[in-house]
Amino acid sequence: MATPAAVFASPAAAATVRPQVHWQDRLAQGLLLAGCLALALFLLAPLAAILVKSVEDRNGAFVGLLQFRDYFATPALSRSIWNTLWVALVVTAITVPLAFIYAYALTRSRMPGRTVFRVLALTPILAPSLLPAISFIQWFGNQGLLKVLLGGASVYGPIGIVISSVYATFPHALMIVLTALLLSDGRLYEAAESLRTPTWRKFFTITLPGAKYGLVSAAMVVFSYTVSDFGIPKLIGGQFNMLAVDVYKQVVGQQNFNKGAVVGLVLLLPVLVAFIVDWAMQGRLQAQFSARAVPYVPKPSRWFDAAMFAFCLVVTLLLLAVLGMAVWTSLIKFWPYDLSLSFRHYTFGLIDGGVFGAYVNSLKMAFATGLIGTMIVFAIAYLLEKTRGMAATKAAVRMLAAIPMGVPGMVLGLGYILFFNAPGNPLNFLYGTLTILVISTVVHYYTSSHLTAVTALKALDAEFESVSASLKVPFYKTFHRVTVPVCLPAILDIGRYLFVNAMVTISAVVFLYGPHTRLASIAVLDLDDAGDIGPAAAMATLIVVSSTLVCVLYALVTRVLLARTQAWRQPGAAP
Amino acid sequence: MAPGDTFVKLDGIRKTFGRFEALRSISLEVARGELMVFLGPSGCGKTTLLRIIAGLETQDTGTIVQDGRDISRLPAIRRDYGIVFQSYALFPNLTIFDNIAYGLVNRRQRREAIRARVDELLALVGLQTSGAKYPGQLSGGQQQRIALARALAPAPGLLLLDEPLSALDALERVRLRGEIRALQQRLGVTTIMVTHDQEEALSMADRIVVMNHGCIDQVGTPREIYELPATPFVADFIGKINVLAATAEGGGRFNVGGLSVAVARPDIAPGTAVKLYLRPEDVVVNVDGARAPGSNTVAGRIAKVEFLGAFCMVGLALDGSGAQRLVANVPRQQVDAGGFAPGAPVTVSLPPAAMRILG
Repeated sequence: MATPAAVFASPAAAATVRPQVHWQDRLAQGLLLAGCLALALFLLAPLAAILVKSVEDRNGAFVGLLQFRDYFATPALSRSIWNTLWVALVVTAITVPLAFIYAYALTRSRMPGRTVFRVLALTPILAPSLLPAISFIQWFGNQGLLKVLLGGASVYGPIGIVISSVYATFPHALMIVLTALLLSDGRLYEAAESLRTPTWRKFFTITLPGAKYGLVSAAMVVFSYTVSDFGIPKLIGGQFNMLAVDVYKQVVGQQNFNKGAVVGLVLLLPVLVAFIVDWAMQGRLQAQFSARAVPYVPKPSRWFDAAMFAFCLVVTLLLLAVLGMAVWTSLIKFWPYDLSLSFRHYTFGLIDGGVFGAYVNSLKMAFATGLIGTMIVFAIAYLLEKTRGMAATKAAVRMLAAIPMGVPGMVLGLGYILFFNAPGNPLNFLYGTLTILVISTVVHYYTSSHLTAVTALKALDAEFESVSASLKVPFYKTFHRVTVPVCLPAILDIGRYLFVNAMVTISAVVFLYGPHTRLASIAVLDLDDAGDIGPAAAMATLIVVSSTLVCVLYALVTRVLLARTQAWRQPGAAP
Repeated sequence: MAPGDTFVKLDGIRKTFGRFEALRSISLEVARGELMVFLGPSGCGKTTLLRIIAGLETQDTGTIVQDGRDISRLPAIRRDYGIVFQSYALFPNLTIFDNIAYGLVNRRQRREAIRARVDELLALVGLQTSGAKYPGQLSGGQQQRIALARALAPAPGLLLLDEPLSALDALERVRLRGEIRALQQRLGVTTIMVTHDQEEALSMADRIVVMNHGCIDQVGTPREIYELPATPFVADFIGKINVLAATAEGGGRFNVGGLSVAVARPDIAPGTAVKLYLRPEDVVVNVDGARAPGSNTVAGRIAKVEFLGAFCMVGLALDGSGAQRLVANVPRQQVDAGGFAPGAPVTVSLPPAAMRILG
């Protein structure tokens, strides 16, 4: 081995280098740590409170698993487990195939109106889950228009829960399956075609395997949505017990927090399992995606396109019939005797009835959630992805950000009551305020928002921060001059997502609202309880209208934004 | 200080990632004004070393002195360098002008001064008219020129180039490497470039640092590296080379599969097994039985002839018990003159001065 002049033998055992940390890095690290602690406080602590409560008696004494033994010894309660599971399975078995065929039609056919079908199919997302329940009561209830179709069976019970849940979960399943189908590589189909593969074989060897993970993921989402949902079984479930309603009954009805905690944990279990399966599938779905995939472009085929069009038309009309019935109910004078149209449910029922304030509260809450939530979610995702060091804290934040998707809203809300309403808690003052409603909603919908932010940030060049440092530009300056503008579409998307969900959510907040912070979705529940189905439908319609307006606004702003920034977003323009 | 002084001095740089030793005690001096290239296969630690010099990674142990100042513990933002990445890393939402001005605006310079400086840099990289465009509207090569201009704008003492040409197509790569080299020599800015492309390294560098498995194998000028490789790895990594197994016979003679050849290494004891290294272009092949004077000439046969444009790569099997194979680069004209058919007998001259024994 030659030793040219520039190579030196160096003394071994030198001291480990401890780099100086710039105050800007300290600032970033401090903020990330603060984010981590906030997530722990507003997510982990409430969940821990449930665990603690479940092994205590009413007086706070440790009783081990006694509460659980009690619970399983009460048939009225433990029957709910079976009820919940089979209803969720039936809903999954109906929704996922429907969503798959619908998505297949949107991606694999050349039928007319694909964009319109796609938009209309997503409308159920804009409505609280109470809306389909109200609507199906109007269609099939005691005085329902189509009651005869049920042939004597009652809509109040599993039937109503299943059809309402199918309506509510359809768009969620559709979006996942649609993504899976869109990610497929058109070259596979070309290769198959060159080998003269028949259509059915292409379907079973390319399409279905390609969508496999998406289908499983969709099934898990539908299953956990149905298990977790509180609004539908509360409104249309009749005497049919479901876990989510049991939690509510124990806590709000009987003030039995310990039994509520036990039911909450029982409710958590299936959702957690579904969540873990889904998490594993999401990873594989992404691994399957190749950056070089060429999108599949379907060829026109008259009979296939016609069949697909007919299917989508029927499904879409059914979806619109649900929404339409709720809107119509809100506009007719007195079901079923006076069907003339008027705004009296809005004016008399809501404004004069003193519940319009709930709608205003919901708007306030949704705007605050959209605004503050988006800032927090994006800032934490940025610190996570684009700063150096803090490996342990980052691992903790990643885990904390993933958990909310596996926690039903009822469980989160229950945890908030138990934790923040505890007399000794210094944060006790939050209870019943708009602040805690905003916080719980941000946490409840944290995971999806976080993933959107992380995906957008990962798409940025990894070296922006290094370049900034070499140019001696502080990180926060690059954050606001480059990172935020480039990620703006994703940021707006998060804002819209949080706003819409804050408008329709009911599960977590049903435990947390105070006399002055009642929300629109809760008002729907109360009005329906009081038999005021007209005003209840009116309130639900207001929620849908508000969410729709925000979505339209989002679409317009995004379009203007993209048009304005097209110069840099569309590479390849002639230099 | 004059050009040629030590500008960057690394001493005992070690870096581990978990159990993986990325760098094992690297010591190195970069002279003021020179362009030094870190060359090696992927995973050899060259990029890690560059990032440590930039302060984007922190070494476990070791010191870095730049321009007389110990920067070992300084965060990146307090060091003095400009950097260009393979991905360009231009800010997509800012115009070319704003990209180049990005590091100037922060230094509280007057607006006219910034404008003048940006225009100067645009002229320097030959893109005077592109200031109002966005990065997405430029070709890859143009974007990399802008990235270079952005890095040079604050007039850093040190320029770091991290595989700056790897994302470009072949033609653009050759053009831009000439431009970067000319620019660097004109400005006299001390530059460290990382690449895995040996041709790039040979054509651009004042000195090359060949790295392998976290160690420096050799430091030298491109000619030294090519002509006098210090280790088998360097010989093999830079250009093509033939390796012949041989046994020393003493007195500077070596037995290659039954053939006796001379190599100017009388110091190696008889019986020692060695490897002889010889570049393909140094092998002389004749089909007419001619012998190059004063060289080891042995008999062999043509195994195959591969046309490569400027020359042909001729695979040869040497006669003798070992039947060792080697490759020779033969000028196209010589091949055209005839006789280069597979199986044809040839005489092969192995010039003693061109043969090296390594390791």
